[in-house]
Amino acid sequence: MRNAFAAEITALCQEDPRLVLLSGDIGNRLFDKFRAQAPERFMNCGVAEANMMGLAAGLAMSGLRPITYTITPFTTTRCFEQIRVDVCYHDVPVIIVGTGAGLSYAGLGPTHHSCEDIALLRSLPGMTVLCPADSFELRGLLRAAMKHDGPVYMRIGKKGEATVHADVPNVTIGKGLVVEQGSGICLLSTGNMLPEVIAAAAELKAHGLAPQVVSMHTVKPLDTELLESAFAEFDVVATIEEHSLIGGLGGAVAEWLVDQDSLPRAKLVRFGCGDEFIHESMEQEHARERFGLTAHNIAAKCREQYQTRRRGLRLGAA
Amino acid sequence: MSVALDTSLEEMQAIARRIRGRLVQMSHRAQTPHLASSLSCVDILVAAYWGALDIDPSQPHDPLRDRVILSKGHAATTLYAALQARGYFSEELLDSYGTHGSILAEHPSPNSAPGIEAGTGSLGHGLPIGLGMAVAGRIQKQDYRVCVVMSDGECNEGSVWEAAMLAPAQKLEKLVAVVDYNKWQATGRSNEVMALEPLKDKFTAFGWSAYETDGHDIAGLVELLRNVPDGSGKPVAIVAHTVKGKGVSYMEDDNNWHYRIPTEAEVAAAHQELGLA
Repeated sequence: MRNAFAAEITALCQEDPRLVLLSGDIGNRLFDKFRAQAPERFMNCGVAEANMMGLAAGLAMSGLRPITYTITPFTTTRCFEQIRVDVCYHDVPVIIVGTGAGLSYAGLGPTHHSCEDIALLRSLPGMTVLCPADSFELRGLLRAAMKHDGPVYMRIGKKGEATVHADVPNVTIGKGLVVEQGSGICLLSTGNMLPEVIAAAAELKAHGLAPQVVSMHTVKPLDTELLESAFAEFDVVATIEEHSLIGGLGGAVAEWLVDQDSLPRAKLVRFGCGDEFIHESMEQEHARERFGLTAHNIAAKCREQYQTRRRGLRLGAA
Repeated sequence: MSVALDTSLEEMQAIARRIRGRLVQMSHRAQTPHLASSLSCVDILVAAYWGALDIDPSQPHDPLRDRVILSKGHAATTLYAALQARGYFSEELLDSYGTHGSILAEHPSPNSAPGIEAGTGSLGHGLPIGLGMAVAGRIQKQDYRVCVVMSDGECNEGSVWEAAMLAPAQKLEKLVAVVDYNKWQATGRSNEVMALEPLKDKFTAFGWSAYETDGHDIAGLVELLRNVPDGSGKPVAIVAHTVKGKGVSYMEDDNNWHYRIPTEAEVAAAHQELGLA
């Protein structure tokens, strides 16, 4: 995803003279083309993220469109105060890009994991939270973010992730993208979980079910229209994210759900990271397994909930 | 736009006295603290707004204007009183300070009154933002200066020193940081709570062109501020030695006035001393 990010901002910097790229001393060689094209609009801000975020706000207050880029926890939790005060309180169009979000950098340990960022950033007034599923969605969302007149946070993966889309999809901030139409079970995936969720859908299909798959690339503002129809028409709605169960997409959907006047038809099932740090050395695949973020587990839990729901409906009818 | 070169030193000193009188009154009326912190930076803001910076109060959004960020946002009343006296907004608005619904809150809010360049209150934010504005000026080839006024206590914040390391690396010679060095922070001597000294040498060591001056000597401040950029190719730091509570004898260097609010009698006594009664 980060190569797609570099390619897209290199193209964007030619189209928009306001774009400025700030790096927190990462992306060795990644931005060579950008730097060759617009050296005055690239700045390595060093390992000093609080200052980088304030600097970005100062640029935005002066009419420019800065994008900050570094590893997710360092551009979110590390400088949350600056995001809150300098960016959101001033309501300026800074695009904050966190690479290696969720468990992408599992092997580097919890200092580099980021399973709290969605929860924190979506609590900030005026903030938009974007989680592209693959490099194509990233390109589309980045362009949409450049047109958005306010703070945007985008959490992206690392490199070499599987792609889901064949080309840049038509994305709108705040509108979920239906990847597969279906009925009974609705799988709401955010960010890099989508390939795994599609695999879960395939497993459900093998059991004769026809799940719907949605890429919820925007966690804030939440696509409440989509949620309304999903909770009215499906039996199970599942949220899947490489983020803590506290405050992520699942948390946001649960908050929305309890405020609804009518009883939902669907049961909400949430998949995400547990409330713990991973102290042992392990790669992303195993970190996901630890939290049940696998196609098989997602499919099995959803199928079980679906069957319970259907049985309950039949008993109710009888 | 034009630099206000026509204000004499005597006039600036009189303006500073009137602003001090205002601050004491505002603290009493609105029952708000930080009076002594506000009094210590009056001469710095007067020197900047009347003597040094290229500003036009009727054009507060002119892209080419010099910028002032009051990073020590707890001295908001000084900023408000100075902006009003300089002609940015009405006396009526200034009088609304701290009342329910006023845009002039206890700390400056972003995009509130004309002339307020940034919302501050949490310390250590002004220098990074000012640094961003200075970079924006370079990118957009706009020849303005950015003046950030900080407190000595504020220099406890790590973000100040993050910015202090980046600004010289970027050779941002139109950025000037003024430290209102009144020797106190909220609950103690600023050089005892943290090892602040040698402050000027710290800025020099970080790659700034650093100066030291009497922060109540308006003429000296004007000269230093007008001289930015100073030809060194470096950002400029001015360590301005000040007295907390300056101008009111019973508040001077008494840190109780970081929080204390003057009574009606104390306001009258202060005005008497300032020759405003």
